[in-house]
Amino acid sequence: MKINVVNDFVIRFANVNGSGSASTNNMFAKSIFRMGIPVSPKNIFPSNIQGLPTWFEVRVNENGYLGRRDGVDIMVSLNPQSLVPDIESVNQGGYFIYDSTKKLHSQYIRPDINYVGIPMMQLAMDNFKIPRLQQLFKNVIYLGALCALINIDIDIVKGIIAEQFEKKQKLIPSNYLALDLGFNWVKENLEYPLGITVNTSDKLGNKILVEGNDASALGAVYGGATVIGWYPITPSTSIAGGFENYCKKYRVDKDSGKNKYAVVQAEDELAAMGMVIGASWNGARAFTTTSGPGVSLMSEFIGLAYFAEIPVVLINVQRGGPSTGMPTRTQQPDILSTAYCSHGDTKHPMLFPSNPTECFEMTAESLDLANILQTPVFLMSDLDLGMNYHVTEPFKWDDNKKYNMGKILSAEDLDKLEEWGRYLDVDKDGICYRTIPGTHPSKGSFFTRGTSRDEYAKYTEDGSVYVRVVDRILKKWDTTKKHVPGPEFYQKEYNSQYGLIFFGTTTYSALEAMDIMEAEGIEIDSMRIKSFPFNEQVEDFLTKHDYIFVIEQNRDAQFRSLIINELDINPSKLIPILNYDGMPITAATIINLIEKTNILPFKVEQV
Amino acid sequence: MTFVKPTFRHPKQATNKIGFVKSDYEGTISTLCAGCGHDSISASIVQACYDMSIEPHKLAKISGIGCSSKTPTYFLSNSHGFNSVHGRMPSVTTGANMANKDLIYLGVSGDGDTASIGMGQFVHAVRRNLNMVYIVMNNGCYGLTKGQDSATADFGSIGKSKIPTPFQAIDLAALCLELGGTFVARSFSGDKNQLIPLIKAGISHPGFAFIDCISPCVTFNNNTNSTKSYTFVRDHHEATGTLDYIPPEKEISIDYEGITQVKLHDGSMLNLSKLSPNWNPKDRFSTVKRLAEAKENGQILTGLLYIDTESQDLHTINNTVDIPLNQLKEKDLCPGSKTLEKINEGFR
Repeated sequence: MKINVVNDFVIRFANVNGSGSASTNNMFAKSIFRMGIPVSPKNIFPSNIQGLPTWFEVRVNENGYLGRRDGVDIMVSLNPQSLVPDIESVNQGGYFIYDSTKKLHSQYIRPDINYVGIPMMQLAMDNFKIPRLQQLFKNVIYLGALCALINIDIDIVKGIIAEQFEKKQKLIPSNYLALDLGFNWVKENLEYPLGITVNTSDKLGNKILVEGNDASALGAVYGGATVIGWYPITPSTSIAGGFENYCKKYRVDKDSGKNKYAVVQAEDELAAMGMVIGASWNGARAFTTTSGPGVSLMSEFIGLAYFAEIPVVLINVQRGGPSTGMPTRTQQPDILSTAYCSHGDTKHPMLFPSNPTECFEMTAESLDLANILQTPVFLMSDLDLGMNYHVTEPFKWDDNKKYNMGKILSAEDLDKLEEWGRYLDVDKDGICYRTIPGTHPSKGSFFTRGTSRDEYAKYTEDGSVYVRVVDRILKKWDTTKKHVPGPEFYQKEYNSQYGLIFFGTTTYSALEAMDIMEAEGIEIDSMRIKSFPFNEQVEDFLTKHDYIFVIEQNRDAQFRSLIINELDINPSKLIPILNYDGMPITAATIINLIEKTNILPFKVEQV
Repeated sequence: MTFVKPTFRHPKQATNKIGFVKSDYEGTISTLCAGCGHDSISASIVQACYDMSIEPHKLAKISGIGCSSKTPTYFLSNSHGFNSVHGRMPSVTTGANMANKDLIYLGVSGDGDTASIGMGQFVHAVRRNLNMVYIVMNNGCYGLTKGQDSATADFGSIGKSKIPTPFQAIDLAALCLELGGTFVARSFSGDKNQLIPLIKAGISHPGFAFIDCISPCVTFNNNTNSTKSYTFVRDHHEATGTLDYIPPEKEISIDYEGITQVKLHDGSMLNLSKLSPNWNPKDRFSTVKRLAEAKENGQILTGLLYIDTESQDLHTINNTVDIPLNQLKEKDLCPGSKTLEKINEGFR
C-alpha cells in the first residue's frame, strides 16, 4: 500500500542535533513555499547543542491549514538513535527514507510502509574529503534526493542555496554538487516520484514565510523601541538578536556612524527588567523579551512598574513549564502568572498574537499601549510562534503613524499649569500626566517609588489615600479595555448555543477544526481573543452561549480560569479543551476532546 | 521631632553661578535617626551640587531600598528621584542612562543593598563602566530592619547582636578595583572636607565613580567594638591624601612636591597630595597593594584610591548617537514602508 496524494502530507526529518540539518530542512520548507504551496515547518529540538535527537516536521497543505497534524507520511531518517520510534511513527502506506550506506536490519522492516534507501553517507564520502563537510553535505544530498522523489523544482532549491550563500559564493558549487548527487542517484537507481508529490500552486498570493520572533524584532524597530535590556533564554533569545541585527541595518546614523539604539545584555532577567523600567521612566521606548522563568524573576520589578505606573513592554515567548519544564517545547502556560504577575493587587494587559504578522503589529502596538497606559504590557507569544517559520500576511506600515508616548508634559505644558501632581486623575480616565527627568529646571520633578503615595507622589501611610490611589489604578484598568484590541469573530451573527474560544497559536488548529465540524453540519460560534482585559464583546459572547469550549495549551485551563475570575461567568458553561504535551495542538485533538465531553448533540467523524 | 522644614530664606542668600541658592539643592527633612551618618552624606551631596552649579533637573537620583536609599528624598528636591526595589538601583540607572546620556546619574545605595541582595547588579554596573556616581552609605548593618549584620561588617566586629561577626567582610572598594572600576574612592561621612571634593570628582568622571562611604549607624552599630562606629572610624581611618577639586573654569597651576594632578575630561582638575609614598592613584596594582596593607594594619584607607581618566563608558562602548535616545522621533527611528516592502520580499 502506498499513500498517493498531492500537496497534502506531513514529512518528518529525524536528525542529530548540531549536524547542520535545520538549515537544510528550512530550505526544504522554503522550496515548497516558493512553489506556492502552504507549508508549516516545526523544528522539534532538544535543549542541547550537539548529539541529541532532533526532528523537523513539515506539514504541506494545499488548503492552507497551518496547524500541526499528527502522523508522518514521509520520514527522512538520519538518526540511528531514534530509529525505532521513527519507524513506528510512519502512517500506513507512508514512506521511510533512510541512509542505506549501512543495511537496515530486517527487524526494522514494517510490511505496511515503504522503504526508500539512499546511500547518503557513501555519496558524501565519495565526493567530499573533510569529515565535517561530509556530514553537512549529507543533508544537502537528501534534499536533492527529495527533489526527485516528490517533484520539488530543483531550480528553486538552487535559487535558495544561491541566496543563502550570497556572501560565501565559493560554497555554492559544492552545495549544488551535493544536491545533484542526491537528485541523480534517485533518478538513476529508484522508481520516482513517490506516491506523495508536490505540485506548483497559487495558494499563497503575496504571503511571506517568517518566524514570529523575527517579526517581533522588526515590530520593535518599526515601533520605535530604542532600548532593550535582555537576558538569553530559549525561546525568546532570537528577538533580542533580531532587534540588534535590524538596528545595525536600519538604525545607524549615516553621518556619524553612531547607533540610534542601545542593546544591553543584562546579568539576569531582573536587571533586564530594571533597565527597561529605567529607560521608560526616562522617556525612551524600551522593551525586553524573555520566557516563563524570566518573568518569574522579573515579577518584583513588574509590581513596581505597575504601582509606580511606568511603561514596560515584555514579550513573553512561552515555553513548557513549570520550572525549567520543557524549555524547547511549546505551551501557553503563563496566562495566570502573567495576568496577575507580582505581589499585591496587580493585573496587566496582555496581547495574544496568533501569527507573525500579529507579532509585528502587536509588538509595535504594545510600545504605544504601555506608554498610553503607563503600565507593563505583555505580548504573549510562544515557542511555536516565535521559533518556527509561518506562512503569514506581509508586514504593513503606515508612514503617517506617530509614536504615541501617552500623557507626558513638556516644559511649556508645565509652565502653563498652575498645579500638577504626578498621580492626579485630571482626565478622569485613571491615567495621569507624567514628566520626564530633565524637562524643566524648577517644575515637574517628583519622586518615583514603589511605596504608597498620594496624588502628588508624596509618601503616605494614610489608608484612605492608599485606597484612593489603588482604586484610581483600577479605573485605568477599565480605560485599558478601550485601548486593547477586541476579539475576532468567525460568524456574522450567533448561530448556535455552542461556542469556541481560543487565542494565540491555537488558532491554526481551531480554524481547521471549525471547518471540519462545519463540513459535518455542526454549527458552532467562534471567538478568538486577542487581548486581556476582556471587553464587552467578549462578555457578550460568553452570555449568549450556553456551552463554550475554551481551547488552550496548558494543563490547568488557565485561560478559562481567567475568564471565570474576571467576568464572573458560571464555570459549568466553560468546558476546557486542553493540550499540553509540548507539541502544538492539532485539529484532531480539538475535535476528539470536544467529542469526549459528550456535550455536542451530534457526532463528528473521527479525524 | 518636626517633619516640616522651614521655607523662610534669607533674602540675600548667596547664589551659585547659575543663580540657585543652596536651599534649592536641599530636600525634605530627614526622617533618619538623629546623628545618622547618612544625613552628613546628603549634606555633602547638596554642597557639591551647589558648588558645581548643576542644574537640578539635569541630575537624576536613584536608589534601592533601605535607610540609605531613603536619603534621595532629603536632597535635591528639584531633581527627579526614583526609589526602586531592593538591590536593583544599578539596573534602573543603566536603563535611565541608556535613554538619556545627558543627565548626571547619582545612585545611592547601602551595604545591604549593594553587598548582598544587589551584589550581582553592582558588579555588572562596574564592568560596564556606566557613567554614574555610585555612593554606598556603608554602616555594616541593616538599619531599617533593626540592625542585623550586613556583608560589610568586619570579621570580629560586634554589632547589635553582641556576637562578633563570624564571617569575612566584603570590601566593596577592593572589589570594585578588582572588577576594573575606573574611579574608586572610600570616605567617611564625618569627613566632609574629603567627601565633597570626592563627590565633585565623581560627577566629573566620565564613567563609573564609586564612593564607599563609611556612615555609622548611631542606633544599631555605634558600639565601641564595632568597626563601623564613629569612634573606631575616627581612630583608624587613614586618608591617602588630601584632594582638591578644581572646576574647569579655574586655572590653577600647582607645582610643588607631593602633589599629583589629574585632569578630567570635562576640564576639571584634581590636585591630590599623597600621604603614602609607595602608591600611585593611577596605578591599579599599587592601589590593590596599598589597600591590602591597610587591611593588614587595621586601617581604614580613605580618599581617592584609584582613577583611570582614559576609560570608555557604556555609551562610548555601544557607540550611541550624541542626541539622547529619548529625544529621537519617527524619522530617526522608523525605516518606513518602502523598506518594509523590501524586507517582506526577503521573506518570500
